[in-house]
Amino acid sequence: MNAPLLDVHNVSKRFAVRSGGTRAFVRAVDDVSFSIGAGEVLGLVGESGCGKSTIGRMIMRLIEPSEGTIALDGRDITHSSHARLRPLRRRMQMIFQDPYSSLNPRMRAGAIVTEPLLVHGIGSEPERRERVAELFRRVGLRPDQQRNFPSQFSGGQRQRLAIARALALDPALIVADEPVSALDVSIRAQVVNLMAEIQKERRLSYLFISHDLGLVQHVSDRVMVMYLGRVVETGTTAALFASPRHPYTCGLLAAVPRPDPKRRRAARETIRGEVPSPFAPPSGCAFHPRCPLATERCQRERPELRPLVGGTTAACHNVE
Amino acid sequence: MQPVIALEKLTVRLRTRAGTFDAVADLDLAVRSKEVLALVGESGCGKSMTALAIMRLLPEPPAAIVAGAIRFGDLDLAQADERALSRLRGNRIGMIFQEPMSSLNPAMRAGPQVAEALELHKQMSRSEAREAVEALFELVRISDPRRRYDDYPHQMSGGMRQRVVIALALACGPELLIADEPTTALDVTTQAQILDTFRDLQARLGTATILITHDFGVVAETADRVAVMYAGRIVEQAPVEALFEAPLHPYSRGLLGSIMPVKDGHAARQLAEIPGMVPALWALPAGCAFAPRCRFAVAACRDQRPPLTDAGPERKVACWRADEIRGAA
Repeated sequence: MNAPLLDVHNVSKRFAVRSGGTRAFVRAVDDVSFSIGAGEVLGLVGESGCGKSTIGRMIMRLIEPSEGTIALDGRDITHSSHARLRPLRRRMQMIFQDPYSSLNPRMRAGAIVTEPLLVHGIGSEPERRERVAELFRRVGLRPDQQRNFPSQFSGGQRQRLAIARALALDPALIVADEPVSALDVSIRAQVVNLMAEIQKERRLSYLFISHDLGLVQHVSDRVMVMYLGRVVETGTTAALFASPRHPYTCGLLAAVPRPDPKRRRAARETIRGEVPSPFAPPSGCAFHPRCPLATERCQRERPELRPLVGGTTAACHNVE
Repeated sequence: MQPVIALEKLTVRLRTRAGTFDAVADLDLAVRSKEVLALVGESGCGKSMTALAIMRLLPEPPAAIVAGAIRFGDLDLAQADERALSRLRGNRIGMIFQEPMSSLNPAMRAGPQVAEALELHKQMSRSEAREAVEALFELVRISDPRRRYDDYPHQMSGGMRQRVVIALALACGPELLIADEPTTALDVTTQAQILDTFRDLQARLGTATILITHDFGVVAETADRVAVMYAGRIVEQAPVEALFEAPLHPYSRGLLGSIMPVKDGHAARQLAEIPGMVPALWALPAGCAFAPRCRFAVAACRDQRPPLTDAGPERKVACWRADEIRGAA
């Protein structure tokens, strides 16, 4: 069997934090495993502080995992040196939420997209020019906009530019961290459609990180839900949205306001309380203090992920 | 019934280096008692400018109200002096902003900040005010209000802070509440809790509310009526159910087509896109500002701006082709 494009195995990340002279550790990501196949879109959802962005950054090797391994094309890249990582960098690229801070304001748009080609020594100059022009066309920017600086672009156009830059090296995987969250509704749809088209065209894989459940449902083949650094439920998009099993997933889905005034609920099943501090995560299942199904066992024993009847895999003692 | 607030032909003009333009143009809008009016639109459409104009918190200059009236009781807020305005703000008009820390003093404990408003506007004694604030905290579902009273804002979570801001906005029993993206900065489960509280309060107190948001989910769950803004003007106004069922303006249709709601089943579809982008307010096209992006646009749309006209019970739309679009839908 072929190795998946990306294989993340038992990865954890601890951050050391100083508080009052003592060193404390926050487990931002705790023992997370998943893989992404070629041409597959995996959606990663959760609320702020759940560890979803940390996972994206570890895959890109912007930060080092504390434990576990990350393999790309079957090769372990967890501890690869920068020199050894360089050829692999071509295989994965990242798109960030903020198209204002992720583009060099002093570089012209054309140079921003050309730079990765130069760094990797790809093509002759005319070939690079041709390639950049083609990328501009593909993401819906005009050729004359190559001369502009990022400040002359609107938010949506900057994100198109970031997509063009990410595509320059013809990657296999794009890690997109909240790529449309900073955009207005009408522009968001344009960028989402563009990303979906490009994904199909090039059979790209995405790790699509977002807090927006509707968006994740729209773009993903599979979905993974995180809570306090751990995966609580994962499954195909169809299974997860049709029959969510983990009480957190259920609560999260119920919490999203629906654009249907006829189905306005009198009182909805809101998850009580708030996400606990990651400095002092609850014992056992981290969700137990807020969980309607919690029993004494949940305080003691951390549930492992296991397959359930609805077709998803969830970490809960009390659902089948 | 007499509306609580009525904007009449309100125009807010901005003078910037890019040019002089109307951020809010010719706006007519009224909110009645017990009613939640949602003001929706994308960045720069003028929705927050409208809210700031009502409270007269616009940066004047560069902004100025150059025409129109803001009728509130027997006052015209567009003409009122600062003394009169400061008696209204936080008293007869309550405000909730997106970022709770922009309304709270970080160096002051939460309870006393709310008590201060009551001492100032309602001449309560310190102990009366404390009692009232604890009751308010209870009302907005802050657990353990007595202990929370002495917490600093930084000791609270984002959701809890926003509850304090809601308590502050409601403290003096305002006739009008203005909430500008009140849940946008919050996580989805916290947002759901705050929206629940908000609707519960609305049912109990019935305060006339202007809710500013870009989120149609929030609109559907909280508003009675909706006004959609584009490039400084209202393009459509309708009761919430009517708008979602059959939006008349091509921009409202486009917006509703481009949202990605959570669905119970999985049905992939191509999102409807609104092509292009919002024009710069200092370089608006002649005619309808939406025409360059509108697939229904005809020559008339580019020549002449359509007025906001009646389009059924409680409905208004500013589109030359609304009748045809409605017929086709």
